[in-house]
Amino acid sequence: MADVVLRDVVKNYGALPVVHAINLDIAHGEFVVLVGPSGCGKSTTLRMIAGLEAISGGTVRIGDRVVNDLPPRDRNISMVFQNYALYPHMSVRENLGFSLHIAKRPKAEIDKAVAEAAEILSLTPLLDRKPGQLSGGQRQRVAMGRAIVRHPDVFLFDEPLSNLDAKLRTQMRVEIKRLHQKVGTTIIYVTHDQIEAITLADRIVIMRDGHIVQIGTPLEVFERPVNAFVATFIGSPPMNLLPATVAGGALRLADGSTIPMPPGLSVRDGQAVHFGVRADNIMPEGHSMPPTAHMAHVEMPVTLTEPLGTETLLFATLAGTEVQAKMLNPRPVRTGEVLRFGIALDKCHLFDATTGASLRV
Amino acid sequence: MDQGQSHRIRRRLLALGHFIGLLLAMSLICLPGLWVVLNSFRPTVEIMAKPPVWIPSELNLDNYRAMFGGIGEGGVPVLTYFWNSLVISLTSTVIALLVGMAGGYAFARYRIPGKSAVFVGLMVTRAVPGVALSLPLFILYGRLGIIDTHFGMILVYVALNVPFTIWLIDGFFRQVPKELAEAAEIDGCTRWQAFWKVEFPVARAGIASAGIFAFLTSWNEYALASQLTRSLNSKTMPVGLMDFTSQFTLNWGGMCALAVLMIIPALVLTFLVQKHLIAGLTFGGVKG
Repeated sequence: MADVVLRDVVKNYGALPVVHAINLDIAHGEFVVLVGPSGCGKSTTLRMIAGLEAISGGTVRIGDRVVNDLPPRDRNISMVFQNYALYPHMSVRENLGFSLHIAKRPKAEIDKAVAEAAEILSLTPLLDRKPGQLSGGQRQRVAMGRAIVRHPDVFLFDEPLSNLDAKLRTQMRVEIKRLHQKVGTTIIYVTHDQIEAITLADRIVIMRDGHIVQIGTPLEVFERPVNAFVATFIGSPPMNLLPATVAGGALRLADGSTIPMPPGLSVRDGQAVHFGVRADNIMPEGHSMPPTAHMAHVEMPVTLTEPLGTETLLFATLAGTEVQAKMLNPRPVRTGEVLRFGIALDKCHLFDATTGASLRV
Repeated sequence: MDQGQSHRIRRRLLALGHFIGLLLAMSLICLPGLWVVLNSFRPTVEIMAKPPVWIPSELNLDNYRAMFGGIGEGGVPVLTYFWNSLVISLTSTVIALLVGMAGGYAFARYRIPGKSAVFVGLMVTRAVPGVALSLPLFILYGRLGIIDTHFGMILVYVALNVPFTIWLIDGFFRQVPKELAEAAEIDGCTRWQAFWKVEFPVARAGIASAGIFAFLTSWNEYALASQLTRSLNSKTMPVGLMDFTSQFTLNWGGMCALAVLMIIPALVLTFLVQKHLIAGLTFGGVKG
């Protein structure tokens, strides 16, 4: 087990920079998720930690060693790949024991380690099968087993669940979290799925275009996004953003209507902003909106409804922009019906219209 | 009920028709081979008979006996030819495979400037008919003094086979996900170990099929061998067949007997790796 420290780590492909001097401190035993849209540099960062990509600048430290120039085999890490990368010509047993076999460990020790890993991941009845005879979920577990057999300092996961169907993905997510609780090893996990990130991570690292945009606990990035990108990337449905202007202590929306200024913000008069509100904080009146001190009220026609069982997602139009709102304890709503919505202003955000930066103090 | 039965009958008839059709096609393809085998066991009179004798009246090993017999009794140095063929084919196959693996792997895995141009260039060499090479090769070999040597023949066949093995093996390594080697490296392998312990075994079927193709090309090649070999030093079996021709006669029986001996190793080898061969061919088929 070890901590992982990235200092000004850069990756260039020829003249093209893909990771720009990122800094990241991962504590011993922490579960960190790198998340971002495709092409944001998250996988490249992971592969630099693994030693599969050369580091163009900066240093990567695992434990007390700078590993920049160490080959993957000397870094004492394990990695689970998106396509599992199981050795197709070996049985599950051989796949699990491969790293120990390469390290020339005694056979008894290998057998014991393989049996242990198989037990943890319920792979014992499958030990003599070839990867080709396994289902997707089973292959996924073998890949994880292969990673835990060698008791590495750090586990690296590269989008391990994206090849599974939705149900299996949820199931494996729980298994990965349970595995982390059981073995307590540092985990660095890459995904483009923000739900995976929120559910798994101790801390989330949000990346975009080769930069780290925000680092924080799932709650922090959800409740206090540093900019409009994080606000819309984390959370489902994405946060509603409405263009507005600050005018005399209130917000003037595109159609000229105003809503009161949310508290705790630093703005100047005339500033162009985006008003951000999550669907959870904009609800039709009489449907379980928790009462808060700062409420605003708007009337909006409903254009589409999406019933989700315990709640219904309402699509409505506010000042020419489509917004999504939540209706708890739902009742049937007709398309075109005009409802009165309450907005919990203290949960709302303002972002600068040009820089996208959060204006919350 | 009735309908089900008629349906069943129709399906059986269709299967039977299918079978007969295949049998006819196969007999057409196999007939020349069968004729060679048959002729190797019967006297010249029967071989040359008009109209042809389909059902032999007598089968014997005379042709084989004569072939292995002394010089005066129509014997030819079969074992020497066989040995030459074996040495030349096997050596050239092994070399072509090693070069093919190195080249194919490099083409499949590494970014090299001008890669596709080099690749096309390699393939173009295959477009040149072998016979067109015989004269230039003959002059070149004459100057170098390597006419009628194993070395010379091996060189020719390696040159002939390498583009093909590279092309085929490149296709196979492309199908092996590169994450396999990466996983092996993380599991503690060096780059070299990752290749031999993971990538090579996974691509083995393809490499075996490339090997068979290379071996058969060398084993069966006649045109170049007939120019570049002279004596017992290096004459291969296909060239040895010409020993049965003389100015006025053609010993068909003897020729067929030698041909049978030639076919056997190729047949055995093909049977042994048949499964891989089919996998290899269809593999190459889906390669983009």
